[in-house]
Amino acid sequence: MGNKISLTIDGKKIEASSGQTILEIAKENGIHIPTLCYYPNTKPAGACRVCVVEIGTAGKLEASCCTPVSPGMVVQTNTEKVMNARRMVAELLWSSGNHNCLQCEKNGDCELQDLIYELGIEKPRFEIDLPGYEIEDTNSMIQRDLNKCILCGRCIRVCNEIQVHEVLDFSMRGSHTKVSPAFDADYIDSECVFCGACVDACPVGALTFKQARFKGRPWEMKKVRTTCPYCGVGCQMDLNVSDGKVVKVTTNMDYGKPNHGMLCSKGRFGMNFIDNSDRLKTPLIRMDGELKAASWEEAYGYIAEKFASIKEKDGPDSIAGLSSARCTNEENYLFQKFMRAVIGTNNIDHCARL
Amino acid sequence: MTNSIEEIEFTDAILAIGTNTTENHPVIGSGVKRAVRQHGAKLIVIDPRKIGLVDYADIWLRPKPGTNVAVLNGLMNSIIDERLYAKEYVANRTEGFETMKETVAKYTPDHVEDITGVPADDLRIAARIYAEANSASILYAMGITQHSHGTDAVKSCANLSMLCGNVGVEGGGVNPLRGQNNVQGACDMGALPNVLPAYQPIANDDARTKFEKSWGVSLPAKPGLTIMEIMNAAHDGDLKGLYIMGENPMVSDPDLTHVEASLKNLDILVVQDIFLNETGQLADVVLPSACFAEKNGTFSNTERRVQRIRKAVDAPGEAKADWQIISELATKMNYAMSYSSAKEIMDEINGLAPSYAGITYERIEEEGIQWPCPSTDHPGTRYLHKGKFSRGLGLFSAIDYRPSDELPDNEYPFILTTGRVLYHFHTATMTRRSEGLNERYPESLAEINSRDAEKLKIKEGDFITVTSRRGSLKVKASVVDTPPEGTIFMNFHFSEAAVNLLTNPALDPIGKIPEYKVCAVKIEAA
Repeated sequence: MGNKISLTIDGKKIEASSGQTILEIAKENGIHIPTLCYYPNTKPAGACRVCVVEIGTAGKLEASCCTPVSPGMVVQTNTEKVMNARRMVAELLWSSGNHNCLQCEKNGDCELQDLIYELGIEKPRFEIDLPGYEIEDTNSMIQRDLNKCILCGRCIRVCNEIQVHEVLDFSMRGSHTKVSPAFDADYIDSECVFCGACVDACPVGALTFKQARFKGRPWEMKKVRTTCPYCGVGCQMDLNVSDGKVVKVTTNMDYGKPNHGMLCSKGRFGMNFIDNSDRLKTPLIRMDGELKAASWEEAYGYIAEKFASIKEKDGPDSIAGLSSARCTNEENYLFQKFMRAVIGTNNIDHCARL
Repeated sequence: MTNSIEEIEFTDAILAIGTNTTENHPVIGSGVKRAVRQHGAKLIVIDPRKIGLVDYADIWLRPKPGTNVAVLNGLMNSIIDERLYAKEYVANRTEGFETMKETVAKYTPDHVEDITGVPADDLRIAARIYAEANSASILYAMGITQHSHGTDAVKSCANLSMLCGNVGVEGGGVNPLRGQNNVQGACDMGALPNVLPAYQPIANDDARTKFEKSWGVSLPAKPGLTIMEIMNAAHDGDLKGLYIMGENPMVSDPDLTHVEASLKNLDILVVQDIFLNETGQLADVVLPSACFAEKNGTFSNTERRVQRIRKAVDAPGEAKADWQIISELATKMNYAMSYSSAKEIMDEINGLAPSYAGITYERIEEEGIQWPCPSTDHPGTRYLHKGKFSRGLGLFSAIDYRPSDELPDNEYPFILTTGRVLYHFHTATMTRRSEGLNERYPESLAEINSRDAEKLKIKEGDFITVTSRRGSLKVKASVVDTPPEGTIFMNFHFSEAAVNLLTNPALDPIGKIPEYKVCAVKIEAA
């Protein structure tokens, strides 16, 4: 960031660094400017014009997300002119898509809905023109309903600039413009690797997690921050819990390191195992060659007796333990403590080598 | 990793060797791609397979599988020959340079081309890119380690990094990308036969005394058996009881026929897991555990960052957290363990593992901390060996190339190399139960080069029989140009096409890691 400069926003004198945008410095100072196409960590697009502000006395409207601050700049964020421009944008967006909130997964968590509400728009002054796209229903992970797409391009930027999967872009022309993978393929037939970043980025209900459909609305969802259980990157993520079940995984850029809100397909869509019906629910003991359900007491008793007798007869080094790179630090600590302090052997290893 | 994940994005050059980053560590893979696309970093990819990162590389070296050490020595030979190494750094911060230099002197680019198939000029170009960067990061994974000379290759990576002054600097380092969520933590916590938590040697009297005092027992001083030695001891009847928590050796270990015989030879096999996996099916007692979403605790990631996991849902049926099960079993065996939470266990770890001393639950609520973190006012460590190596001077090792244990011959003319694919994880107990991932990758595919396929009259989707000296299996062929001619790639996710029936259990003499990346096989149309 460059030199300190000062400017005025809504009559308030503000210090900024040269190179910052008006939107960034306004956010830092708690001044609200609504946005739609703005997405952190991507290049500003200036596509939606919702964040327009009035600059100087000439009353020029500029998109605050891509206008850098300059010394002595006078910015107004909520003049009549600004509000009229925002209303126009919001009404055009409303009228150009199928924004029916009744069964929309994003109801209550939709940035277009928030904007319409904030601007107090009863209904758009233009006739609603439904695009008539078919809902893409060809994979079990991501549902695409382009009838709700507002062409903000956030999914495109996150796919190209952050994940660098380079799958999505605008295709077609003019009023037929849409977002799609190459050759207008469905996601499942494209090079898409299903990281789900586009879904997190979508401000409306155009991209949603299909397996979570009708499993709980945003305000019913409990988000539990945790660490991904797959590879060693340790991505931070939110398990979205509804009715005692993990129904989807979302992320939060504010969690910062190490993944800054990004995931891969396993962290995103690899959670069905949690409530899979094959999960072990009781201890099992082999009797007459078959594993049969047992109580914890029976299982502990069986193991304790057997380990004790081996230890006595053949010595503690006749017993070994394999700990787990999948379990927690606390569990690995206890497991080696168990082998060393309780059994009395250093025969303990895990799959680091495999 | 000596350094941190986010440094990769802002370094000047990245050398990725033996890591299929975009599939195995996709979020880091994206960081590498951003480094190249947005920040002008140079990328050197060294891999026999045409992996995803190759499309982003400035140069791609394609050595024959099993020849990493020769390639790395060749890079160093070229760097020394062109006097591009960090002379001051080598003089002030390292030792053993002259001996190393003598050894690499014979690895001229031309000689290395003979061993590895990498064109001498390409090797020189890569050497210049790496050596001329202000800071350069080496990324590696199991492509470096899963060889009978894995330790040698790791040391060679360290040699190269030190030669160019890249250890102990921002954006540099030797950075193994670890494949399991908490393989770092399992090692840190002393789930190893020779060390107590925080790598305190079990054979060291002071270390042992400290733990004996805390735990109230006397501890055996003799290091124990490694995983492969445990299997062998069971096979020979010397080992009678085995307690396995959260592992599936019946799919993940080499030479499965031997593993099965070993496990069946035990007096008691206890398996503690979330599913009745292939190993559990052989058990005498199975204990049901809670999965990561059903318990509290911490994982340590590949950059040594200790992060929280939090309970989101209840465990099914009577399943319990692993730490509860261990505590209850210990108590049953007359050693009282009465922890009421995972946090209480971390409190104990804080007191016994110096590198974890300052990593408390309170401090990592928002963001994890990287060890070493010796006290609660220490911010954690972004990169290691800053200013000075942990051992004082960085030690160069003089290392010669050794061929893999089993090379192709007339009877078994192909090299089989193994690894993971993007959509599955390890033995796939979890990922194969995930609808979307199965949609993307429903069955095992053996990748075979199109020219080999043509010679053998194998078409995309044909079933082939792959046979090694240890076993044989049928698998569907995918005809692609990812593997080089003469090499077939298989994943180890699918137990019905269990590639570890074929792999060679030859071990690295020090790391005891099996040679998963190279064995000889024959291929026939099934």
